[in-house]
Amino acid sequence: MSETVLMKGNEAVAEAALRAGLDFYAAYPITPQTEILEYLSKKMPELGRVCVQADSEITAINMIMGAAYTGKRVLTSSAGPGISLKQEGLSYCAANDLPVVYVDVQRGGNGLANMGSCQTEYKREVTGGGNGDYHAIILAPASVQETADMVSLAYELAEKYRNIVGIMTEATIGQLVEPVTFKEAVDPASLPVPSWAKTGKMISSSDEPIKPRIKDAKPKADRAKYFQMKEEVQMWESTNVDDADYVVFAFGAPSRVVYDALLILREEGQKIGMIRPQTLWPYPEKALEELKEDVKGLISLETNCTGQMLPDVALARDLHFKDRHVPVYSCAYIVLDRIPTVMQVVDDIKAIISGQTEEAY
Amino acid sequence: MAKRGIPVLKKPGGNFCPGCGHNIFHRLICEVIEELGYENNQMMCFAIGCACNHAAVFNGENTMGPHGRPASVATGVKRTNEEMLVTTYQGDGDAYVIGLQDTFNAAYRNERITQFVVNNTCFAMTGGQMGWTTLPGQKTATSQTGRDTDTTGAPLKFPELVRNDFNAAYAARGAVHNPKEIRKTKGYIRQALEAQIAGEGYSIVEAVSICPTNWHMSVDQSIDFLEKEVLGAFELGEIVKRRGE
Repeated sequence: MSETVLMKGNEAVAEAALRAGLDFYAAYPITPQTEILEYLSKKMPELGRVCVQADSEITAINMIMGAAYTGKRVLTSSAGPGISLKQEGLSYCAANDLPVVYVDVQRGGNGLANMGSCQTEYKREVTGGGNGDYHAIILAPASVQETADMVSLAYELAEKYRNIVGIMTEATIGQLVEPVTFKEAVDPASLPVPSWAKTGKMISSSDEPIKPRIKDAKPKADRAKYFQMKEEVQMWESTNVDDADYVVFAFGAPSRVVYDALLILREEGQKIGMIRPQTLWPYPEKALEELKEDVKGLISLETNCTGQMLPDVALARDLHFKDRHVPVYSCAYIVLDRIPTVMQVVDDIKAIISGQTEEAY
Repeated sequence: MAKRGIPVLKKPGGNFCPGCGHNIFHRLICEVIEELGYENNQMMCFAIGCACNHAAVFNGENTMGPHGRPASVATGVKRTNEEMLVTTYQGDGDAYVIGLQDTFNAAYRNERITQFVVNNTCFAMTGGQMGWTTLPGQKTATSQTGRDTDTTGAPLKFPELVRNDFNAAYAARGAVHNPKEIRKTKGYIRQALEAQIAGEGYSIVEAVSICPTNWHMSVDQSIDFLEKEVLGAFELGEIVKRRGE
């Protein structure tokens, strides 16, 4: 076990990726993720690996696609607008079952967006994002340590399922400095070359007739794969849900605020619990099995103004509570330049308990 | 005369219109890759458009990336596989219009890849729309009264741009409409690939081709138009020679 160091979330992404055997990284500078590029532009040449400062986010995703085709461990990273630019490339990665890993350090809002710590990219990330019919596994860390842990997990999952994995952090997690302990470094040269990697050898010398471009096999295999991942990959952390009358669903930085709010509400005698999704796709629907049968309500708490996670909480509710209606409430923090305070969350949960807030679903 | 069989990298057939230069240019590339002994250590990054028709009749390792992005995909392959011969195969719409950023920046970085670009002065796969290589006054599906260079720009000559502004290893423009030019073009392809193998830097070979379907001409008329009009705008020859040559 290596020593514990103090490190920014963004730097932890970079260091964890290096230790996971990262061969090739390409990205374009954008706040609040640029430390990843800065860190790797220094470290990767020292290790004989390749970091390219690309001329755009689009170019960067296509560069890592090229390296991924040959079986290398790759990474790109960006923030909200830059990840939008990568969607076409990610869709091509999905089409070719390339196990690419990307990091989205979210900033807040539409268009240019601001530098606030927000969760405005939820909807895009969990639906695949690009054209077509696919899902990326989306991991959502809530601390610097978890960020580092999820990087190595991302490569494991990406290669196991030959699927895209996105790590969705946010400005606060990226900029936060916390203690972190890294796993032992893996030498990329020691990793086996995947059987599907393109090694430059001829495919076939036979005179096969030209095949139709779209085959039935791929969509069928995709469907099976997505259902398998949905079954196998769900991850969450639960806090005080056994006896909870109300259960808050919150991920990433706001979940840490909710945790403190729960302590205050417990002291006041309110039985509130929290489910913290660690995978946003697949959404941890199985977590609801931990809830007590007479739970009074579920609360989707997130830092975006439209309540992007809310429908997923409602769907999970529908899946689990088939015999009675359990209301789902929305706490969506529309002030895009900061995450809510503990007391704000305490007040908003009390408003729900006292019936002042209407249910959303 | 030496016997010329079909290169091992090429399957028979291909979805190209009669008279098209794509198959000739692609076959020449396959021949040179084979002559250099790289048929089992190469990656060809295909474009979107007519160019990607080759994927179905190509036995070599290849990738398919988004429209315009082969130079970037090739960069990722080459940077992590330095010993591999890495090429792109594109049309002018892919390389010089939507993909100009990728093409430009690969040349700007002097990326050790080779780009092959067929220039038929239009977007052919989608039905003959104006591209940045369309001649002044040339009628296309989106310049029906003739290309107006005041509002749409003049024909883009990328190899010349490379010569003037970048530190590239090799750039040339050939044609594939007669045996003499075909032989010369094969020489350019060899120079470009040898430059990459020697680690000299970025190389590009553009091949001017007729497109009878979208020019709405017979093959003979197309060759006549190419010789009289197209080659007046796009000069053939080695535009950047290898250092020491």
